[in-house]
Amino acid sequence: MTTRMFGAPVQRREDARLLTGGGRYLDDLGHDALAAAFVRSPHAHARVLDVDVTDALDVEGLVAVYTWEDLPERVRDPLPLLIPHPSLVAPRTGYALARGEVNHVGEPVVMVVATDRYVAEDVAERIAVTYEVLPPVVGVAAAREAVHLVHEEAAGNVGAHLVQGYGDAGAAIDAAPHVLELDLDVERSACVPLEGKGVYAVWDTDEQSLRLWSSTQTTTGVRAAVAAKLGLPLAKVECTAPDVGGGFGVKIMHPWPEEVLVPWAARLLERPVKWTEDRREHFVSSAHERQQLQHVRVGFDDEGRVLGLDVRLWHDHGAYIPYGVIVPINSSTQLLGPYKPGAYRVEFWSLYTNTVIVTPYRGAGRPQGVFAMERTMDAIADHLGLDRADVRAANFIQPEEMPYDFGLTFQDGRPLVYDSGDFPASLRKLKDLVGWDGFEEQRARARAEGRRVGIALACYVEGTGPGPYEGGHVHVETSGRVNVSTGLTSQGQGHQTILAQIVADELGVPFEDVHVTTGDTRRFGYSVGTFASRGAVMSGSAVALAARRVRAKALRIAGDALEADPGDLEVVDGVVRVKGNPGASMPLGTVAVLSNPLRYAFDDTARAATQFAAGGRGPDEPPVAPGEEPGLEGRDYHSPLRSTFANGMHAAVVETDPETAEIRVLRYCVVHDCGTMVNPMIVEGQILGGVAQGVGGALYERMHYDESGQLLNASFMDFLMPYATEVPPVETDHLETPSPLNPLGIKGAGEAGVIPAAALFASAIEDAEGFRISRMPISPSELFHLRERFAAGEVPALRRGGPAGAAPATPATPATPAPSDEGA
Amino acid sequence: MPEQVLPVALTVNGAAHRVQVPSRRLLSDCLRHDLRLTGTHVGCEHGVCGACTVLLDGVPVRSCLVLAASADGAEVTTVEGLGTEEALSPEQQAFRECHALQCGFCTPGFLTTVRAYLDDHPDPTEEEAREAVAGNLCRCTGYQGIVRAVLRAAEIRREREVAP
Ligand code: FES
Ligand code: FES
Repeated sequence: MTTRMFGAPVQRREDARLLTGGGRYLDDLGHDALAAAFVRSPHAHARVLDVDVTDALDVEGLVAVYTWEDLPERVRDPLPLLIPHPSLVAPRTGYALARGEVNHVGEPVVMVVATDRYVAEDVAERIAVTYEVLPPVVGVAAAREAVHLVHEEAAGNVGAHLVQGYGDAGAAIDAAPHVLELDLDVERSACVPLEGKGVYAVWDTDEQSLRLWSSTQTTTGVRAAVAAKLGLPLAKVECTAPDVGGGFGVKIMHPWPEEVLVPWAARLLERPVKWTEDRREHFVSSAHERQQLQHVRVGFDDEGRVLGLDVRLWHDHGAYIPYGVIVPINSSTQLLGPYKPGAYRVEFWSLYTNTVIVTPYRGAGRPQGVFAMERTMDAIADHLGLDRADVRAANFIQPEEMPYDFGLTFQDGRPLVYDSGDFPASLRKLKDLVGWDGFEEQRARARAEGRRVGIALACYVEGTGPGPYEGGHVHVETSGRVNVSTGLTSQGQGHQTILAQIVADELGVPFEDVHVTTGDTRRFGYSVGTFASRGAVMSGSAVALAARRVRAKALRIAGDALEADPGDLEVVDGVVRVKGNPGASMPLGTVAVLSNPLRYAFDDTARAATQFAAGGRGPDEPPVAPGEEPGLEGRDYHSPLRSTFANGMHAAVVETDPETAEIRVLRYCVVHDCGTMVNPMIVEGQILGGVAQGVGGALYERMHYDESGQLLNASFMDFLMPYATEVPPVETDHLETPSPLNPLGIKGAGEAGVIPAAALFASAIEDAEGFRISRMPISPSELFHLRERFAAGEVPALRRGGPAGAAPATPATPATPAPSDEGA
Repeated sequence: MPEQVLPVALTVNGAAHRVQVPSRRLLSDCLRHDLRLTGTHVGCEHGVCGACTVLLDGVPVRSCLVLAASADGAEVTTVEGLGTEEALSPEQQAFRECHALQCGFCTPGFLTTVRAYLDDHPDPTEEEAREAVAGNLCRCTGYQGIVRAVLRAAEIRREREVAP
């Protein structure tokens, strides 16, 4: 019996190569290509009056300089609005090179091509651009005030506006025994993969075709976009994602200006051209996310059950809105988490600012939504003097209520219906793991030692694996080697491993024989891409279905050859055999030979399939049976009814230094439910990596723009990404409630780790300090200032109180039950 | 004005190389693009991420902060010099066993750092292991596997000493 690979913590197929320097990332290709560099706007908002290249022209090694005027039709048109949506009221996208106006620092204005990057940057430095500076709109609050406009045609800086809900939330809140209002604030952060973006293009003058490599999360998308922009037949463009050094969302956005310009220049110059983004470019020209202002109004009963919830979100989407409203839709729908408010209304405004565009970053709007909901749960608990876990439990959707239909529309345009999950069971596990019920003793002990500790938990539900589809192709060679391909890409998630595990089991072949290719349009041309925790759900299911087809075909062919009913056959370790009669068998490689009748014998195996070989089909039958195709291969697609919903709950224990306000994470516990797990080691890796980004996002990382729209911390020296010393050890436990929406029962796991972190730390720090936290991330100096403001009576205290000696100078119990504080 | 070009002699992973490089060329670029040893990665080019770490005469340095010309005459060890797919070094094997990498972009810098660290500190505690890698950024793993891998690599080194 072959060992079952599905569910085993198999070591990764990718690793030996990546560990020995054998990875091939974008900048490892095309050493002799010309290099591109860009002159980028130093202003957040300005008119471009003049571009003077005179000084640059005599730099040795210069090949070409391009401005918007040099671009041909289509390349010069606005970049596409990728995801249209009815809520978009004034959709604006940028140009590949600025057309007379720039709307954020870092926007490309001039493209330089030279013999190498050093020279290209010399040239860029000598190009003089004259600007007329316009008043910038920086930050979501300024965008909402709309004293200045980013785009004249977007009144109030509003790019999109949407209202969703069910029931009459306003009436339910008004009728509720208790009402609270909260103002909340989440700052900007970004994916920041360790490898930036990059594009390498080779134009084949003989074949009039384009080979394109991009550090992207979607090669089919880039291919189609570039073909459209360059006016090339799709058949003349192929795109490959080489090894990609992390994505986390920023590389699903496409086509980036450089993805259009580099292939365009390569074709025009008939020379290979490459652009590798440097770190500063990544900060100022790739996408950010997260910033929102939020207002919550909630009505609830004595048990803390939410009767009505009204949420307003002001979402900062930056200078343009090419990726549509996926992020605020996620915030506004996934805000609901595991809970079922009696009535719900959410309204969002997606606003233009003169800052870098906003597209999904791991979690894609969910961290903000969870922040709003979990802060609300904590506020309710504090208001009623109830345990925070109990209030959550009182609001849970129960397992027997699954599937649970909210009557809302999710970001994939499908109904928001939870397919699975057991929230009470998850909560029990989490409370046990972190020792929730025994914490008060721990707090008392710490207090006696003069230490401040706090505990918190936060819950999320995550729609994963959205459609419309992914496909898989499985091909068995005559040697028995199995080639698997799928269109979606990899950025380190281990797809080559998990897809091989799935196919090995489905087909009955050794894991070592299965070879997986992802993200190469030459191998698989239909795909959407890697985002929204959909790799395993979508491509995993697709390759499983494709492998089932291949298996069925193998059994038909082998059944003929072995004169057995296919139903009596099995495939074990790559050999088809009659059940209970291992003597009657043939390797899958031989079945592959039989599947493909040949005229020419290239080698011994091929000879067995030629027309004069014994054992062919009878003289009255065509060599390839009707309805069959030559070759032992199969292709299939997985197109789910709708997204599947994973969920999880995190808990943390923090300690805050009474003097310095330093924040230390003492414990971090995760319980997650991503359905059946293909490879628990890889799932755990995804969770841990996500938690690290969550910790970074809650305690360290922010995009620090000044009022003129300069990003002040656009380097690793100033943007504080956590090192090993900042990330706490993470304790995990899991629950497996399989999804009914795909053949393997999988739910996505890629983003889970990051989603509840900001909400969690806000609650834990609040618990340690005894006053409200409504803005994240939080640094020690901000906490220090909050303490001062709390002492001055400017920040409301928690009703349950805080550490001894931390009470405000004047008791700050609010006269109205409205713990809103320093937000908008 | 044409750039000044300098002859540079380097021994990289035991092999002698002579290259002509512009005086401003970074060691990271020289290794990657002149010698085509692309295992050394560049994540920031300002000395913070550690992805470009190589051993210069046995000492870990950020090759993005070293001019190729100033490495003239030096012995350089890159990730390619640690082990091969068929014969992984203790660090490489440990990283695989402990799932200490995802995208692999940061990995070469961690591996060279860990090699040099364990040469000097063959038996670290967990706290020391964490400190040892605390100068390198990884955006994928959350570091838990990496810290484990440092300890495991130390163990493998001892195992291999006993039974070579
Ligand atoms: S590339 Fe050298 S330290 Fe980041
Ligand atoms: S494995 Fe991707 S950055 Fe470390």
